[in-house]
Amino acid sequence: MKIGVFICHCGENIGRTVDCARVAKAAAFFTNVVYSVDNKYMCSDPGQNIIKQAVKDYKLDGVVVGSCSPHMHEKTFRKAVSDAGVNPFLCEIANLREHVSWVHEDKEVATGKAIDLVRFAVEKVKRNSPLTTIKVPVTKRTLVIGGGISGIQAALDVANAGYEVVLVEKEPSIGGHMSQLSETFPTLDCSQCILTPRMVEVYQHPKIKLMTYAEVESVEGFIGNFKVTIKQKARYVDADKCSGCGTCMQKCPIKKKAFSEFDEKLAFRSAIYVPFPQAVPNIPVIDTSVCTYFKNGKCSMCQKVCDREAIFFDQKDELITEDVGAIIVATGYKLYTIDKKPEESEIKGYGEYGYGKYKDVIDGLQFERIASASGPTSGEFKRPSDGKEPKKIVFIQCVGSRDESKGFSYCSKICCMYTAKHAMLYKHKVHDGEAYVFYMDIRAGGKMYEEFVRRAIEEDGVKYIRGRVSRIYEQNGKYIVKGEDTLAGVPVEIDADMVVLATAMVAQPEASKLAQTIGIPYDKYGYFVEVHPKLRPVESSSGGIFLAGACHSPRDIPECVSMASAAAAKAMVLFGSDMLEREPTVAKVNELLCAGCFYCRKVCAYNAIEIKDIRDRSGNLIKQVAYVNDGLCQGCGTCNATCPSKSVELIGYTDEQIFAEISALY
Amino acid sequence: MQIGYYPGCSQTGTAKEYDKSLRLVMNKLSAGILELNDWSCCGATSAHVTSHRLSLALSGRNLALAEKQGFKEMLAPCAACYNRLLISQHELNNSPKVKADIEEIVDCKIKGDTEIINIIQLFQKIGKEKISENIKNDLSILKAACYYGCLLVRPHDITHFDDAEEPVSMEELVKTVGAETVNWNFKTECCGAAHSVARKEIVVNLSKKIIEDARTHGANVIIVACPMCHTNLDMRQRAMKREYKDHSEMPVLYLPELIGLAMGFDNKQLGIDLHTVKFKFPELVKKSEEITV
Amino acid sequence: MQTIEDEIAEITGQNPSKCYQCGKCSAGCPIREYMEQAPNVIVRYIQLGLFDKALASSTIWLCAGCLTCSTRCPQNFDLAKFMDSVREIALRNGVKVKERALLKFHKAFLSQIKNHGRTYELGLVRDYKLATGDLFSDVDAAPDMFLKGKIGIFPHNIKGKDSIKRIFEKTGVKKCK
Repeated sequence: MKIGVFICHCGENIGRTVDCARVAKAAAFFTNVVYSVDNKYMCSDPGQNIIKQAVKDYKLDGVVVGSCSPHMHEKTFRKAVSDAGVNPFLCEIANLREHVSWVHEDKEVATGKAIDLVRFAVEKVKRNSPLTTIKVPVTKRTLVIGGGISGIQAALDVANAGYEVVLVEKEPSIGGHMSQLSETFPTLDCSQCILTPRMVEVYQHPKIKLMTYAEVESVEGFIGNFKVTIKQKARYVDADKCSGCGTCMQKCPIKKKAFSEFDEKLAFRSAIYVPFPQAVPNIPVIDTSVCTYFKNGKCSMCQKVCDREAIFFDQKDELITEDVGAIIVATGYKLYTIDKKPEESEIKGYGEYGYGKYKDVIDGLQFERIASASGPTSGEFKRPSDGKEPKKIVFIQCVGSRDESKGFSYCSKICCMYTAKHAMLYKHKVHDGEAYVFYMDIRAGGKMYEEFVRRAIEEDGVKYIRGRVSRIYEQNGKYIVKGEDTLAGVPVEIDADMVVLATAMVAQPEASKLAQTIGIPYDKYGYFVEVHPKLRPVESSSGGIFLAGACHSPRDIPECVSMASAAAAKAMVLFGSDMLEREPTVAKVNELLCAGCFYCRKVCAYNAIEIKDIRDRSGNLIKQVAYVNDGLCQGCGTCNATCPSKSVELIGYTDEQIFAEISALY
Repeated sequence: MQIGYYPGCSQTGTAKEYDKSLRLVMNKLSAGILELNDWSCCGATSAHVTSHRLSLALSGRNLALAEKQGFKEMLAPCAACYNRLLISQHELNNSPKVKADIEEIVDCKIKGDTEIINIIQLFQKIGKEKISENIKNDLSILKAACYYGCLLVRPHDITHFDDAEEPVSMEELVKTVGAETVNWNFKTECCGAAHSVARKEIVVNLSKKIIEDARTHGANVIIVACPMCHTNLDMRQRAMKREYKDHSEMPVLYLPELIGLAMGFDNKQLGIDLHTVKFKFPELVKKSEEITV
Repeated sequence: MQTIEDEIAEITGQNPSKCYQCGKCSAGCPIREYMEQAPNVIVRYIQLGLFDKALASSTIWLCAGCLTCSTRCPQNFDLAKFMDSVREIALRNGVKVKERALLKFHKAFLSQIKNHGRTYELGLVRDYKLATGDLFSDVDAAPDMFLKGKIGIFPHNIKGKDSIKRIFEKTGVKKCK
C-alpha cells in the first residue's frame, strides 16, 4: 500500500502548538508512507489540490490527513480523494487540533503526541478496505402526526410539492389549540378566520389523506421505509354518507352530561357531537361514555332522525397500514392543570390560587373561549359563576412556569404575550373595566411583540404590577388577590371579579408513550428531543423522523409554522432522490461465528438487529443468527462491545484496526 | 396503646385546660398517654429565633429522652413544639455531621426514629369508630371553623401531614363528633404567634381578621389545635374589644374540649371555664335562636 | 475571616442567588404591613452585598416564623430559615436590633429555660416587664389568669438542669447580648 500523509497547520490553530513540519518529516519514515508534506490550509482548494496531485503522482492508495476534527472536514478530504480516483474510505483523519493543539500547551509534548496520532492513523489506513455507501430505496410519502397548525402547515408544504401526505389527528377535527383562540398576537387577527381556510385546504387537497379521530398504533422500519399502523377509531358515523347537517346533535337527548372539550369545560355538548361548528371534517362522533345507547341500549334518536342513514352503532375501530418514507411529529401541547381534583390534575400544587375551587379563577384557554365570538358566551365577557360582566380582572403570569417547586423550571414563552392580548381584548370590549397583570418579567422577543405589550400598557391602560401573587380567596362574591409590587416595595391587594391564570405549556400527557412507539427520544418533561439544539433543531435522532411545533418546546404560532415548514423541507430532502445514501460504517455479523444469543439485539438502541434464519437446501432451519439492517444501523458499536463471541464487527472500525492503532504506540 | 406525651411549656400554665381536657378524653377512650419524664423546652419560639444550634440541642435532648424511655410515638399537643421537634429530627437525620454535634452536646445517642405526632394525628390513630362509640351529646348546633394555624401543616415535605393549603383532617374529626363545619378562608393564616407579648397589636389585628372571616362564613365557634393559637384567638379578645368597639365575642375551643363535650363532659370538667371568652353549651343554643328571630 | 455570605450559606445551606425576587413571599407574609422592608428585599440586600442594611432591619425580627413564604416560594428557597440565620448573624456581630421589645422578650424567655429547663411564665413576664419598663399592659388580664391558676407562682425545675446548662454553654448562648 502506498500512503500519503498531509499535515495541516490550520493557520495558527495547530501550527502554533504543533511543529507540523517535524510531524510531516517523521511521518515520512513510517512504513508504507511514500509521500509526506505539511501545508497552512489543507482544506482550502490549493490544499486539496496538493492531495489530488500527490495521489496521481505517487499512485497513492491510502491517505492520512492530520487536521482538525473529522466532524469538520472528513467529508471534504474524502471527496478530494474520491475526485482523484481513490475510494473515499481509504482516507483517514488524525485530529491534531481538538486532540492536540487545543488541549496541550507544551510544544514538545504536543508535537510528540501529534506524531503518535498520525502513526495510529497510518496503521489504521493500512487495514482499511474500500467501502461503498449503502443505498436504501425511499417511499416518497410523508406521515404527519397531529393536525394542529404545525401539522397542517407541514402537510400543506409537502403536498404542494407534489408528494403524498397522510395526516393523522386524534381529535374528531383538525385545528388544534389555534382553533380555540379568539384572536392572535400581535396582529389581533381572528384566529379561526386565518386558520379555517388552511383546514379546508387540507381537507380538499388531492395529495393529503386526512384521518381524523385516529391514532398511530405502531411504527416499524427505518428512514425512507416506514410501515405505520394507524387505528381509525369508530365514529359510529359513516363518513361517506354523513352530510354534516347537524340534526343528530340537535336531537340528542344528552344535553348536560358531557363537558365540551373545545370550550374547555365552560359549556356542555351532546353525546353525538362535532367539536365546533367549523370542524374539519364536519362529521360527528359518538362519545360512548355518555351515550345512552352504549350504556344501556335504550336510545337511538340520532339514528332515527338521520335522513342519510349514516349512523352505525356497530362500527368498529379499524387498523390501517401506511407505507411512508418520512414522519413529521406535530402533536402539540396542553396547558398545565392545577386544580385540586387529584384524579384530574397532574401536579398537586397551587392550592393557594383556588383553581378548580372557584369558578371564576380560570386559565388562558378558558379565557379565549369566553372572549371568542363562537364561544359559550358569544364573545361577551361574562363570568362563569353568575354570568355577570366582570369589572375587574386580574391576570397572573408564570403559574407553573419558572417554578421549581410546584411546576416546571422552564419559561413557557407565550404567556407574557397572550396575557397582554387578553387584557387588551377585555379593555376593548369593557371600556370601564380594570385589568391588572401580575408579572415577574416581560418576555416579548418577537417581531412587533414589545410594541404590542407597550400598547397594552400605554394605550389600553392595563396596569402591570411586578410581583407574584401569594393567595386568592373569595370574600363577598369577589376574589381577594394578595400580591406585592416589588418595584415600589408595597403590598397590593385587589378585589377582582375574575382571575385568569397563565398556566404553563406542557407536553401532551401521552407524549412519552408516543415517543416510545415511534422510537424517538424525549426529555423529562415529555418534550421530544432534537439532534442538536443549535444546528439541527427539527430533526430527531431517529433518521427520517422530524419534529414540528410545540411538541418540541413552548413556542408561538409563527415559530410553529416556521418549524413545520422546516420539517417539511427536511422530509423533502429525503425525497430528492430515489435512493438514500448512508454511511457504510455499520455493523456486520459474521454468520459463521454467531451463536444466536441475540444479546446484541437487546442492547441495540436503534432496533437495527433482526433475527435471520439460516436454512439448508431443503428449507430446514439450521440456526438463527443476528442480522444487521444496514438501513437502521447508526454504527455506534454497542453490539460489537456486547457480543461474547466477537461475531459482530463495526466496518471501518474493526478490532484488528483498533488493536493495530494501539500497538503502533509501542 | 402507650403513646409518649410531650406536654410543652404551656400545658401547665396558660393552656392548662388543653392538658386537662386531653387527659380526660384519653381516659374515656381507654387510650394511654404517658408523660415524657423530665422533659424540657423543645427549642421553639425564642431559641429557634436566636440560635439554630440551641434549638436543635434543646429538641435533641427531648428526642433522646423519648428514645431512652422507649416511646415509638410521641404526641406534642402544641403545634410549635410538634413542628420544632419534627424539623430538628429531620435535620439530625439528614446530616450525620449535625447529628454528631448534637449528640455530643446532649451527651446521648439519638436514633431519630420516634414518630412525632400532633393532636389531630392522635385522634386519627384512635380512630373514628372508637370516638363515635362514645358520643352522648348532640353538637349539631355548633358551626365550627377549624383553625389549623401555621405550624401543623407546614412545611409539607417534613410533616407529610394533610395539605398545606386546603387541610381537611380537623374537619373530618369535628364532623365525626357531630358538629358541623364551615368552609372558610383563613384556615392556615398566621395569628401572630410569639409576638403576643412584645408586639401585641400585631396579634390583635391578625387574630381579629381570623375571627371575622370565621364569623362571615357562618361559624359560631373556632376549634384550635395549639395553645399559642388559643391564647391569641381567645385571650386577646379582651384587647380586641378595646380596639374594636363593636367586637362580638367568638368562643374558641381546643379540639379535645370539643370531643369531650360530645362525650358528655361539662365545661368545668374540661376546663372550658378557664377560657377568656365564655362558652356555655345550652346558652349557645339560645343565642343562635335569638339571632335567627 | 468568614464573610457574612459564607456565614449565611453555612447556617442555612442555601444559595441566596436562587431568589429571583418575585415577591410571592412578601405578598403572603402576614406581618408584611408592619415591616419597613419587605422580606424579599432582605434577600436582595444580601444578594447585593448590603449586609449592614439586612442585619439592622426590623423585618428579620418581626418575622413570625409562620412558614407561609417557604411553603409557597417557587424556587424552593427556605426564606424562613434564611431569616433565622440573618437574625443569628446579627446577634453574633452585635448589630443594634431595631425591635428592642422583641429582643427583650426573647432574652427573658431564654433566661427562664436556662434557669429552669421549662418556661416559667411568671418569671418570663417579670423579666420582660422589668426590661422594657412596660409594667401596665395586660395588667387587666393578670388577676384573671392568676385566679384560673394559669400562671404558676413557683417555677418547675426539671431534674436535668445540668444538661440544660451544658446545652447553653456548648451552643455558645451565654448571657445573650
